[in-house]
Amino acid sequence: MYSQKVMDHFMNPRNMGEIEDADGVGLVGNPKCGDIMKMYLKIENDVIVDAKFKTFGCGAAVATSSISTEMIKGKTIEEALKITNEAVAEALDGLPPQKMHCSNLAEEAIKAAIEDYRKRKGITGNNQNSFESCQGCCKKCEDVHDDFHEEE
Amino acid sequence: MEKTIYFDHAATTPVRPEVLEAMLPFFTEKFGNPSTIYSYGRESKKYIEDARDKVAKALGAQSKEIFFTGSGTEADNWAIKGVAYANRKKGNHIITTSIEHHAVLHTCNFLEKEGFEVTYLPVDKDGLVDPEQVREAIKPETILISVMFANNEIGTIQPISEIGKIAKEKGIIFHTDAVQAVGSVNVNVEELNVDLLSLSAHKFYGPKGVGALYIRRGTKITSFMHGGAQERGKRASTENVPGIVGLGKAIELATANIEGNAKYVKRLRDRIIDEVLNTIPYVRLNGHREKRLPGNINFSFEFIEGESLLLLLDMKGIAASSGSACTSGSLDPSHVLLAIGLPHEIAHGSLRITLGPDNTDEEVDYFLSVLPEIVGRLREMSPLYEAVKNKNKSKK
Repeated sequence: MYSQKVMDHFMNPRNMGEIEDADGVGLVGNPKCGDIMKMYLKIENDVIVDAKFKTFGCGAAVATSSISTEMIKGKTIEEALKITNEAVAEALDGLPPQKMHCSNLAEEAIKAAIEDYRKRKGITGNNQNSFESCQGCCKKCEDVHDDFHEEE
Repeated sequence: MEKTIYFDHAATTPVRPEVLEAMLPFFTEKFGNPSTIYSYGRESKKYIEDARDKVAKALGAQSKEIFFTGSGTEADNWAIKGVAYANRKKGNHIITTSIEHHAVLHTCNFLEKEGFEVTYLPVDKDGLVDPEQVREAIKPETILISVMFANNEIGTIQPISEIGKIAKEKGIIFHTDAVQAVGSVNVNVEELNVDLLSLSAHKFYGPKGVGALYIRRGTKITSFMHGGAQERGKRASTENVPGIVGLGKAIELATANIEGNAKYVKRLRDRIIDEVLNTIPYVRLNGHREKRLPGNINFSFEFIEGESLLLLLDMKGIAASSGSACTSGSLDPSHVLLAIGLPHEIAHGSLRITLGPDNTDEEVDYFLSVLPEIVGRLREMSPLYEAVKNKNKSKK
């Protein structure tokens, strides 16, 4: 059901771990839905010099976390913010339809970590996707899953 | 992959060579339609009746009370819809439980749309239904009680005989979905006080695509398929002769050594349960410790997600199952694990292992040798575990 690339990133996750002196940390998802992603960023002069992750979730959630850290390393904040869930999924040679919400999670984790960085720097922004503010499953997930059920 | 270990016997089982051998002639030389009168047909008919006798014998029923179906799901559908429609004038209330297989639950959901009222009884933390709660739920309009014999996910075995006694006392038709139980534990319709019982061949080393419904003589039930006179007009369609012959052979073999097999499988099961609970932290066993199917194990590993666990086990050649959302195709984890009171995040980390008599001690050794590393690896990756580790550190 998964592409070889997904399985590769799941079995050999890149950049798994923590950054103790991270400049921005983003935590998204909800344990109720079965996936949580935590993204750590090291940022110098608006460039992401290092990225690490920790993830509780399925194979697709781990693989999207892994590849998204690779995708944002060396990018400026502005470039990283432009990375979409579709781009993450595409980089993995696609995801099964019922797993597309995992790529949303990666996109949100990047955004949340950058928001956190900006907040620490005194640049205000709204931190909609933080773990604390997520009271239930994100609507995006439900949409994806509902579509999936209709196809059955 | 060097080894392949099959630990998912509740999903399905391989067809035993003796069963396959019994089935094969009915695809080719003995291909006759059992409804015909010439010798080809008469021979097929004879073997169908022979299989019916075998099923009846295994269940302590009469042959006339056994009806072949296309699956366990079909047997459940027939039992519930058939009784509901046939007894509509008497009442519209059905009692079942919150942990039934979807073949029962979704059939009940469908009947609710048709104007029936359904009570879904809760279960305790071990997944047990309280017979007294069944009694209290009975109303003058109650026409059917359906309680599964043993749960497919957590293996808990229900007090069917007691519930059956209550149903009998009140004159209410009682159905049990025994798909997971037949072939693993003794099932006798008289001892259980059941009027209807569903079973499926591929759960006990028979072929897929064939099941049976036991219908006690005198039970008011509508026909399921309308057409020819097969299955005494109650379930029309040309019989799946090879499948029915296979079911008969499989049930005969499974019941011949049922006690010995159960004892063997139970020992393997208990080895896994004891060792995992003793060696891996933050694990719980789901389902009743004693009142459970001999081959069923269901753990929840905190801080990790079930699908990841299955993928890593698969990489080691081990086939198992989970009640996580990611394996169910929806966002919710298993309704059974939620019904026994597990929080969502713990239900997501479940692992079901179901053993059969073809599993060995060597396979159990191998599984026990690879599991701690897999669980450890996923926990190292988990932000939930990180939080717990940090909390423990600050306590020290």
